[in-house]
Amino acid sequence: MFNYYLRLALRSLKRNVVLTALMIAAIGVGIGASMTTLTVFRAMASDPIPQKSAQLFEPQIDNWGPLKHGEVTGESGSLPEQISYTDAMAWMNAHAARRQTAMYATSLALTPSNPEVRPFQVPARATFTDFFPMFDVPFLFGGPWSAADDADHADVVVITRELNDKVFGGANSVGKTVNLDNHDYRVVGVVDRWEPVPRFYDLNNDKYGKPEDLFLPFTRAIDGQMMMWGNNNCSGDVGVGWEGHLRSECVWLQFWAELPTSADAARYRSYLNNYAAEQQRAGRFHWPPHTELHDVREWLVYQHAVSDEVRILVLVSFSFLSVCLLNAMGLMLAKLLGRAGDIGVRRALGASRAAIFGQCLIESAVIGLAGGLLGLALTALGLLGLRSLLSDEVNRLAHLSPVDVGIAVLLAIVATTIAGLYPTWRAAHVQPAWQLKAQ
Amino acid sequence: MELRPILSAMRRNKVGAILIAVQMAITLAILCNGLFIIEQRIMLSKRPTGTDEANIFAITNQWMGQPADLPARLQADLAALRSLPGVVDAYVTNAYPLTNAGWSEGVKLHPDQKSSNAPSALYFADEHGLPTLGLRLISGRNFNAAEVADRGLNDLAPPPAVIITRRLADKLFPGGDALGQAVYVQFQKTRAPIIGIVDQLQVPWVAASGWGSKFSDNAMIEPFRFVAQYSHYIVRARPGQTTVVMRAAEKTLIDVNRARVLRKVQSLTDARAEVYRDDRGLAIILGVVCAALLAVTAFGIVGLTSYWVAQRRRQIGIRRALGATRKAIIRYFQTENFLIAAGGAAMGVAMAVSLNLWMVSSFEMERLHIAYAFVGAIVVLLLGQAAAFWPALRAASVPPALATRGA
Repeated sequence: MFNYYLRLALRSLKRNVVLTALMIAAIGVGIGASMTTLTVFRAMASDPIPQKSAQLFEPQIDNWGPLKHGEVTGESGSLPEQISYTDAMAWMNAHAARRQTAMYATSLALTPSNPEVRPFQVPARATFTDFFPMFDVPFLFGGPWSAADDADHADVVVITRELNDKVFGGANSVGKTVNLDNHDYRVVGVVDRWEPVPRFYDLNNDKYGKPEDLFLPFTRAIDGQMMMWGNNNCSGDVGVGWEGHLRSECVWLQFWAELPTSADAARYRSYLNNYAAEQQRAGRFHWPPHTELHDVREWLVYQHAVSDEVRILVLVSFSFLSVCLLNAMGLMLAKLLGRAGDIGVRRALGASRAAIFGQCLIESAVIGLAGGLLGLALTALGLLGLRSLLSDEVNRLAHLSPVDVGIAVLLAIVATTIAGLYPTWRAAHVQPAWQLKAQ
Repeated sequence: MELRPILSAMRRNKVGAILIAVQMAITLAILCNGLFIIEQRIMLSKRPTGTDEANIFAITNQWMGQPADLPARLQADLAALRSLPGVVDAYVTNAYPLTNAGWSEGVKLHPDQKSSNAPSALYFADEHGLPTLGLRLISGRNFNAAEVADRGLNDLAPPPAVIITRRLADKLFPGGDALGQAVYVQFQKTRAPIIGIVDQLQVPWVAASGWGSKFSDNAMIEPFRFVAQYSHYIVRARPGQTTVVMRAAEKTLIDVNRARVLRKVQSLTDARAEVYRDDRGLAIILGVVCAALLAVTAFGIVGLTSYWVAQRRRQIGIRRALGATRKAIIRYFQTENFLIAAGGAAMGVAMAVSLNLWMVSSFEMERLHIAYAFVGAIVVLLLGQAAAFWPALRAASVPPALATRGA
């Protein structure tokens, strides 16, 4: 029966090529536009670490006082998005979470052993060893440095596969040394491909960028007074020099805690509040404790991981799709009612309403499928256009995944079938007697 | 023109007419909001920095570690850059416009104030800063060499004097007497007299909303040579020589000292293109979508009107046989489309305004100027007329003889 309806549908579509082409084009263009933006939106809004996003938390604390932060950022009532060195060290030493790490982005100059090659800049991250197991970072060679290395402020580094390819030609470099800012560091591990999008652990700059090329112990970076490569916000008195910076209330560090169960999270919340209350008693804070704890998904929303531009584009393109569907609906109505005579004859010969309904529905699904395929081609084209128009950072998001392809085709068929419901319903209610008489 | 037959025909084709009207309404709502956003982004990306952009480039320099002789290295670099042929002037700084990265301070008028009077971008420059950037001094004077000192990343030496932009001056001293008055920058209790006011200097942050968007022309220059592991040399070349000088400057710096990484050598023209790339991209994409939207709506109208024409061939033939001119037939279909489009446009203006209100609340966007809605309405009406014209012509060519044939 299905095959017969399918043949009927194809024959009927062939009978009015112009109308059919218009419908398919309208749906194709609509699907193309909306899928192009949806692809980027889905990448921006995706969960970068789905297996653990509910167990990783970014704590915040009010170390400036309730009025001060709002004045600097223009958002009253909000907490600083990063923390001070004082708080970071206190939380690291407390070990109140299963794993925890303070960290910041920095930049080092790498001098290759080949004197012919000019030194080049390497984006780096100063962190603690917990970073690697906490974020499920895969290793190609070696592994993270040890907790003892953290305590010893050791000259060790973990590098990415890309940097390993560039400096060591892809060979196992564990145990070898790299020269950074005129100082030798021992490679202990090489990270395999690891590109969480968005780069949730530090959303200050390059939200959708790649992770840094190199990781080194936080304690070593502080010793070396390695510059911060991100945002730094200060309030109150700041002391002179690096020591003054460390003692200040400037917020410039990210901090993550791994809390496997909700009981752990609740315990950590009360730890943070007790800590803030303690700071108040000690005279550092002159205001009641205010702390917050966000897991990865909450943190992405809090930090506006999806850009306004993409939100606007998604809104516009889906409105566009709705116009295209209304359009196709009008054309389908015209087409089906133009065939009222045929339908009348079929009804008179014994076809039930359900049969007519099913047949017309298959016809609209065929249009939807064709429109979806055209839309898919246009989406690929649209993403190509997007890549040439938008910044490199956004470019990394403009790639079609198999899931996106499935969504496109399904969206086209479902949307077209829904748009076809009314015309189909009208067709099924054609009065056979009236039609036959009119002819 | 008799409207009654048109209305009664439309009543029998309610759904088709409503579909077209709703389509036109949505088209109108997207069209005027889209055009509005396009115009906003273009204006955003055209804002001047106040500098001689076409002839300026920046070299971002990173030393290896923190060498003890940084001040001497810096002086050597600056001397080498300033003596290069084709170079007008050069200086070293912590930040420059069109980069989305820089420093800011809250400026106060009294040392013990709890909150600041205005946020401002903070740029460091020696006496070569103003001539290098080509800033227009509207009152007061430039720094002199005696006022300029070295300043490190975490130093806190108070500035002996400051130069501020006209916008910041107006904000701090609405009376217009900023020159010679003093300001206090956030962490310092010493007064810094305003010795000069420049016409314009943009902050480094250029986003449409968020940080910096509310004080885009508040800038303050402090008389410091920025001595740090990571800093920017700003160089102004003679007109038309930017590209050549840029390459020579890069080579010169490496010849002076190899123990460094030149992270970025970029003209301000390129910096502008890069920093506004997403705004330009958004404008172009919205433009394409608006064009596609108009095309789809137009084809939809052509399709449905053609169908109505085909459906009414017999009636048209009868009207023609009874003496209706071709013009009258065309007018019939054009009027019919006008009535539908007018309904759609009325609905669309309301939708456009509410869409905009919603976007204002969720995207920090500005309110849509009502003129956009009216322009959009006119565009949609004209589009309808144009799209209905071809089917109307077809209708007009139906021969009167059709009436006599039994269909």
